Amino acid sequence: MQMFMTDLAISIRGLTKSYEINCAVRGKRVFGEVLMNRLRNPLARGEGTREFLALNDVSLDVKKGEVVGIIGRNGAGKSTLLKVLSRITEPTAGKIKLYGRVGSLLEVGTGFHPELTGRENIFLNGAILGMTRNEIRSRFDAIVDFSEVENFLDTPVKRFSSGMYVRLAFAVAAHLEPEILIVDEVLAVGDVAFQRKCLGKMDAVAKQGRTVLVVTHNMDLARQLFQRAVVLDGGRIKFQGNVSQAVAEYSRSGAPEAHRLPIGDHRFRLLAVSVRPADLVPSSQPIQVSMTCEILERCRSLRIGFDVIDADGSVVFRSFHDDWKPEYDSLAPGSFTLRGTIPADLLRPGQYSVSVEVGVHSVAWIVTRTLFVPFTVVLGDGEEHRHGAHRIGAVLPKIDWTVKSLNNA
Amino acid sequence: MLPDAPARVADVFAPPAIEPVACAGDGPVLSGVDGPVLSKVEGPVLSGVEGPEPVPFLEIEPRSGLAALNLMEVWRYRDLLLVLASRDVKLRYKQTALGVVWVILQPLMAAGIFSFVFGKVLKAPSDGVPYFVFSFAGLLAYNAFSGTLTRASACIVGNAPLVSKIFFPRLILPLSTVLATLIDFAVGMGLMIVLLCMSRIVPGWGILLLPVWLSLIIALAVGIGLYTSALMVQYRDLQYVIPVLINLVLYATPIMYSVSAIPPKLKIWVQLNPLTGLLEAFRWSLLGTKMPDWPAVAYSAIFVTVALVYGAFAFKKMERHFADVI
Repeated sequence: MQMFMTDLAISIRGLTKSYEINCAVRGKRVFGEVLMNRLRNPLARGEGTREFLALNDVSLDVKKGEVVGIIGRNGAGKSTLLKVLSRITEPTAGKIKLYGRVGSLLEVGTGFHPELTGRENIFLNGAILGMTRNEIRSRFDAIVDFSEVENFLDTPVKRFSSGMYVRLAFAVAAHLEPEILIVDEVLAVGDVAFQRKCLGKMDAVAKQGRTVLVVTHNMDLARQLFQRAVVLDGGRIKFQGNVSQAVAEYSRSGAPEAHRLPIGDHRFRLLAVSVRPADLVPSSQPIQVSMTCEILERCRSLRIGFDVIDADGSVVFRSFHDDWKPEYDSLAPGSFTLRGTIPADLLRPGQYSVSVEVGVHSVAWIVTRTLFVPFTVVLGDGEEHRHGAHRIGAVLPKIDWTVKSLNNA
Repeated sequence: MLPDAPARVADVFAPPAIEPVACAGDGPVLSGVDGPVLSKVEGPVLSGVEGPEPVPFLEIEPRSGLAALNLMEVWRYRDLLLVLASRDVKLRYKQTALGVVWVILQPLMAAGIFSFVFGKVLKAPSDGVPYFVFSFAGLLAYNAFSGTLTRASACIVGNAPLVSKIFFPRLILPLSTVLATLIDFAVGMGLMIVLLCMSRIVPGWGILLLPVWLSLIIALAVGIGLYTSALMVQYRDLQYVIPVLINLVLYATPIMYSVSAIPPKLKIWVQLNPLTGLLEAFRWSLLGTKMPDWPAVAYSAIFVTVALVYGAFAFKKMERHFADVI
């Protein structure tokens, strides 16, 4: 099939984005310091300035009506690509042609103000996303319908549950109706039913001939939703095409790597993470995942946890520290050690990795798919499963069986 | 699992065989990763077009040098400007017990204190009008300036999440602060009218020029605010510098005293301040005091225009790095 130019929605050629790093400490420079450096060293470009290529000569074509997934580890350049596409930041080199209005959703609920009511926030957020007042007015009912929060329209959104908040935010964005929709990882939030609804919406958007570009870490989602996937690695396109192959490529690139700790942001910092027993774990033993961290700012629904990922890159399960203990929600600032125990006799033998996942529920991921700690589950010595690794199923739990004879002896 | 290197090679060359759709589109792009091949590939694709090449809705390229202000785009986003402005106004009163009363109380209290200190204790001349009315009129103009400058300076840093996650013309943010100033001014003006009636002052035809002075005062604040707001993204120090400067302006401008009270030797220095001419003109319009020094007013108008244009272009230039450093 020949691709004609008229089918194009996005054309990217030689896109490069470089950042100067080490020069800005968290983006805040002290004027005096910079001035002193300039005076001491008038010709230098800035002390310790290093160029970092977030995107390195990326070229990509996306056709109208295509749903394309962008996958890759943290720091691979995915978010930068979306930011350049949505004109938040300028490229250093290269050219992008967009054949249609772009709507981007890089974080759910950006621009929502907690003090304002649901109704006010719909108008605020809609305008921020680029809708005119008339457009919002005409879609208002549809937005409210989709979000299922009609009874709380005149309540300040700070009193919303996080689920309601996300639903409303996504609803506004979903009704933006741009020709090109750019979405970053937002589906990782919300409950399953709502996620399904969002998926349906994105599918519908694509069916209308619109183009959708999604960044995700969720490989199951990738398989379901995308017609094509692009794997980014180190700012370059490592692979593009068939989704299953892309997922395989991604899991390879997601192989354990030494990541420099601490990582985090202004709210949370992860200082250390460990999996015990290390390396080889007998299936009959529980596995302890410990994380030492600092909470710098009290925030509601800070979730600290991990995913266990199997060798195919599928998530076996995800667990957060406050899943069963609501009292752990919103921890006060300070240092903590969190320990999660994966029960014995649960995982089937094989290679796994623990991926640290930390985020503010419904707002933003702080650490996701950045830090992988590999471990291998092997069959225990003593009580060996009779069929071991050959048994079908994602997990191999030890089910307590009892057999009671009903024959009267 | 296969060893790394061979697997990669296999994947790169495999897709055409497996997914024919991807073949036509992906092949060229993959090879297009290295520059020279790209031009070879683009040729045939271009010639394969039926009819003329469609005009892109938008092209994104690195810009350099002086950027266009792109005021058309600002106009397209005018709804956002209104929404952001009304958000700021709403928020200001949402969680205050007295709400709008503060807008009235603030200048009244300030004028009261000034009347006591300067009018009663230091006996500053007030061009023949009651000192309280004199200082209140000055504060009305000064508050329009300081309010706009304070809000505009902080607007980019204060909206960091928006700036780093969403595209819209960034000029919208400093411009949207003007509405809040205008509302404050309207309330203050209402009070002013009451004061004028009480002290039986009838302004002359000069009152017709009041909007001009007000616009110039606000434009000066916006011009400076554009520059400082963009600079504050990189240098947060400005957060502390600006309140000090604004406070300095309060004393360096004839607000609590009239120009006629300044010793002739120092007059030239005070008149270098572009607000001096504007304040005198403002008070003349409102209180019918002495006609302003027109050359001084002309100087102010030129200064304001230059500041506004310079501020806008400087803002556009620095705007490119907002999302990267904020």
